[in-house]
Amino acid sequence: MNCQEMNPLLHAYVDGELDLMRSLEIERHLKTCAGCMAVKRSLDSLHSTLRHNDLSYSAPASLRRHLLAEVGKGSSRTQPRNSTRWFWQWLAIGAIGFAALTLIFRPTGISERDRLAEEAVSSHVRSLMVGHLTDVASSDQHTIKPWFNGKIDFAPNVKDFVAQGFPLVGGRLDYLNGQTLAALVYKRNQHTINVFVWPAKTPKSETAESLRGYNIINRDVDGLHYCIVSDLNAKELTEFADLLGN
Amino acid sequence: MSATDPQAQFEQVVMPHLDAAYNLARWLAGNDHDAEDIAQEACLRAFRFLGGFRGGNSRSWLLTIVRNTAYTWLKQNRPQAVVILGDEELSEIEDPTAPANHSNILHHADRDVLRAALEALPAEFREVLVLRELEGLSYKEIADVADAPIGTVMSRLARARKQLQEYLVGREK
Repeated sequence: MNCQEMNPLLHAYVDGELDLMRSLEIERHLKTCAGCMAVKRSLDSLHSTLRHNDLSYSAPASLRRHLLAEVGKGSSRTQPRNSTRWFWQWLAIGAIGFAALTLIFRPTGISERDRLAEEAVSSHVRSLMVGHLTDVASSDQHTIKPWFNGKIDFAPNVKDFVAQGFPLVGGRLDYLNGQTLAALVYKRNQHTINVFVWPAKTPKSETAESLRGYNIINRDVDGLHYCIVSDLNAKELTEFADLLGN
Repeated sequence: MSATDPQAQFEQVVMPHLDAAYNLARWLAGNDHDAEDIAQEACLRAFRFLGGFRGGNSRSWLLTIVRNTAYTWLKQNRPQAVVILGDEELSEIEDPTAPANHSNILHHADRDVLRAALEALPAEFREVLVLRELEGLSYKEIADVADAPIGTVMSRLARARKQLQEYLVGREK
């Protein structure tokens, strides 16, 4: 492969979009070609410059307020007044039917793992929605770690990874998997990462999956289970999981 | 219940990605005021289309709506500001494979300079850079949002980066 053909692939390489075979091919070429290596370095440099300057804009609070108000109006208008009673009656019948079906199908329907992933994603979304991301907002691990003392009966490993681009922003108590647990909150640019921590009960294998556009990684480290949830891409979230594991 | 209640569904599907939606609108509109109008219109449109959302990647889905809303809104309200170039015209701007002076690694570019540099790019270049570098979308997701083949996304990204580098390197000298 010559350097002309290499150029577009270099972008895909630094963006982590190539498969393993192609990546290895590029790496072999980079070892022998100073020109392409310089292009690759300049792309890395541009990437980190853009990343470290945090050029993203956040939605203003007024937008959030307006939307919730509009949507609230909209959904109550969609139910005509005279059919309200029928609506509730059918809803009750539906709910009973649904509950019955759930009881019948639950044992085989949803696996423990799927249920946990579903719960973790819902909790992640909730934490972003209700303005309750953190109970203790701090980037200082020595503030956050003692904060959990007396609230839970285990000590999560709290580390800041700001040097690696994953700053710690805080922690909170959350409830997941039938227990109260610690949630640590990290950022990656505009992405929020929730890390749910609880004592690992049985040795579990490490898993990575995605649900409704969110990535979920499960890891066991030193007797604690870490469930990591974010809309960050799988590659960078894995990097983050590897940091936690070290 | 939550699956059938449109308001709850909106809060689950749209609200978590509000920052991403506003960010894209802001980069396409160029100012706060227009960005807020566009983001609001796009999110309300998403609310009306919720029935058509079949699960999957809610962020890409919302960003697609934001992008379409932005271009329509800008064409109607800021007709002088919108210059949409075809890929042929875009290809005349830059040849990404032409040798460039890549030895300049950027050290000092500050936030204002970077913002100005990004704003100076044609919209098609700016949006792929924002989606890739600021929002971290995959090529496939960008292709979905920008309604373009992946090959086009790759070539726009390569050109956009080269143009941005040249702008920044030019300023450093």
